Amino acid sequence: MKMMKTALATAIVSSLFMGVTAHADGHEISDNELRIGYLADMSGTYRDLAGPNGEEALKMAIEDFGGKVKGKNITVMSADDRNSPDVASSTVREWIESDKVDMIQGLVASSVSIASTKVMNGTDTMGLVNGSAASSITNEHCTPNHIHWTYDTYPLANGTASAVVAEGGKSWFMVTADYAFGHALESDVTRVVESNGGEIVGGVRHPLSTDDFSSYMLQAQSSGADVVGLANAGGDTVNSIITAGEFGLAQAGQTVAALLLFLTDVHALGAETAQGIQLTTGWYWDKDKDARAWADRFYDRTGARPSMVHAGIYSSTMHYLKGVEATGSDKASDVRAWMADNEINDMFAKGGYVREDGRMVHDMYLAEVKTPAESENEWDLYKIVRTIPGDEAFRPLSQSKCSLVK
Amino acid sequence: MTMIFGVPAAAFYGQLLLGLINGAFYALLSLGLAVIFGLLKIINFAHGAQYMLGAFAAYLLLETLGINYWVALFLAPIIVGAFGVVIERFLLRRITHIDHIYGLLLTFGLALVIQGTFTNWFGVSGSRYPVPEALQGGINLGFMYLPIYRAWIVAVALVVCFAVWFLIEKTKLGGYLRAGTENSALMQAFGVNVPLLVTLTYGFGVGLAALGGVLAAPVYSVSPDMGSNLLIVVFAVVVIGGMGSIVGAILTGLMMGIVEGLTKVYYPEASSVVIFLVMIIVLLVRPSGLFGKGT
Repeated sequence: MKMMKTALATAIVSSLFMGVTAHADGHEISDNELRIGYLADMSGTYRDLAGPNGEEALKMAIEDFGGKVKGKNITVMSADDRNSPDVASSTVREWIESDKVDMIQGLVASSVSIASTKVMNGTDTMGLVNGSAASSITNEHCTPNHIHWTYDTYPLANGTASAVVAEGGKSWFMVTADYAFGHALESDVTRVVESNGGEIVGGVRHPLSTDDFSSYMLQAQSSGADVVGLANAGGDTVNSIITAGEFGLAQAGQTVAALLLFLTDVHALGAETAQGIQLTTGWYWDKDKDARAWADRFYDRTGARPSMVHAGIYSSTMHYLKGVEATGSDKASDVRAWMADNEINDMFAKGGYVREDGRMVHDMYLAEVKTPAESENEWDLYKIVRTIPGDEAFRPLSQSKCSLVK
Repeated sequence: MTMIFGVPAAAFYGQLLLGLINGAFYALLSLGLAVIFGLLKIINFAHGAQYMLGAFAAYLLLETLGINYWVALFLAPIIVGAFGVVIERFLLRRITHIDHIYGLLLTFGLALVIQGTFTNWFGVSGSRYPVPEALQGGINLGFMYLPIYRAWIVAVALVVCFAVWFLIEKTKLGGYLRAGTENSALMQAFGVNVPLLVTLTYGFGVGLAALGGVLAAPVYSVSPDMGSNLLIVVFAVVVIGGMGSIVGAILTGLMMGIVEGLTKVYYPEASSVVIFLVMIIVLLVRPSGLFGKGT
């Protein structure tokens, strides 16, 4: 009881002091502590590409920053969004209203990110979107409270589809996941293929989490298209690729183009099955010295190589903490302004910058999966074929539907 | 080119065959469920998890001990079946005298625990299990390219389905089993060890799920959630066929494979719901299922 009283007294006294100093320049770390919430799929389809290892990346960033910002403690809480926008928005609301969370990190399924950032809009809480794909997150769904960091569907289509068309893959058959993300990716691909002189000759839309792709692969095969484009993600993509191999699509001269493929998916497939597949990625652990050094530390902690999402979580957290330190504030508007004013140069990106629509623009990479002979170990999976400059990769602001873009 | 309902004939036959292949697979899985429900009146919600365990058992046998597919085909169902025996002996037996819903809840809980544990160990991305060398490659049937392994799945599933039906419906052992579940006190008076029969039957049903898992390992990614989607479909198959009817489970499995396969051609968006649609219609028209004996 005595301890409680002392603690209470200390809190009151320190908050008085805090008030004095804070009001002097209008900035402060609210509640005398920086609170970060990690919201991601911790148990479902997207667990491996973000999940518990993403939380580890977040903690690495905090430790590397020194564990404190402006002398205040940094605390982390985490929740499983179960890939449900409803679960996500009620968690975010609770975090903002009762737990006074200052920043929310992770945000994986596109639907979850859109729902969560809508709740954050207008509050002092900042959202850093790293796992999601939909480019609409910084287009029609942009808010002044969030930044989309790692990648989105626009460069995925731009990078992979244009490279495949350039190699002669003119006619495409699309295998699309039948929900918002798949439709968005499919329309981005259609635009790229058609503007490069190719055509979409057919396609199927399959329900999310389909086990058996044999029927779709047979349809793709009988369409006679040069390219089978996979506009799906996670387990659906993995199963599509396995089935394409089983039905001998490659032997029959068809190319499989996976438009969204994470390192964790390729690792699950193995170089034997996935060899030769072209994909676009926001980051690769072996892309340069800085990336490798960080990936080694990540590996020591988790036993796995980081996906681009893990790297994005680390990078964006670091940039955010620098912003809090520099502005002395944990208000979303203050920190976001600082983050947009300062270039990102770290293990994730060189010369990256945050646009007014909340898009972090950085180079993307067109990669090809190595053959078993080229791959030296289980994580040595990509060779970078081409670097796509940031300004070429992402949707130009001139086409933006974001209300923040004037 | 000959067209069947707007689809080239060749493609149509191909899809029909694929539907049959998936159907054989459904038949094998619903068979295990039907045996367990028909004889023990246990609604085994852990069937999907046990199927997943079968696939993982094969994968781990290969990775850690170098035991190949052919041995795993027998060994994995035995290992997972033994695990089923333990579940029956120590958990399910304690609740046989109360409402069936408790069995459902218990097995559902078990499934969540098993799946969660494996997710924690292996992640969700899954692992690859190679197609055994003897079954690699495919045959060009003219209207489609048939991977040999898929043909193998159908062959094994059909043989096992027939053998199980024969064992339960036509042999003396099957007779004991059916009689034992009908009136266990009377059978025990005749000197038949009914509790042992029940335990072994559950273990056998679980082993069938595991066999499905081993068969599936080379064609799907071996991952902790591979059984959870399938379980619901297979349950629907059992309900359509008539709860507990073994012939019903087998024939409905084959039929639903074809129905689903054709949906994937004509309206793929509906392929994940078509079986449930059939289930609703069957329940409305014939509540005891297509092959059920009535309530």
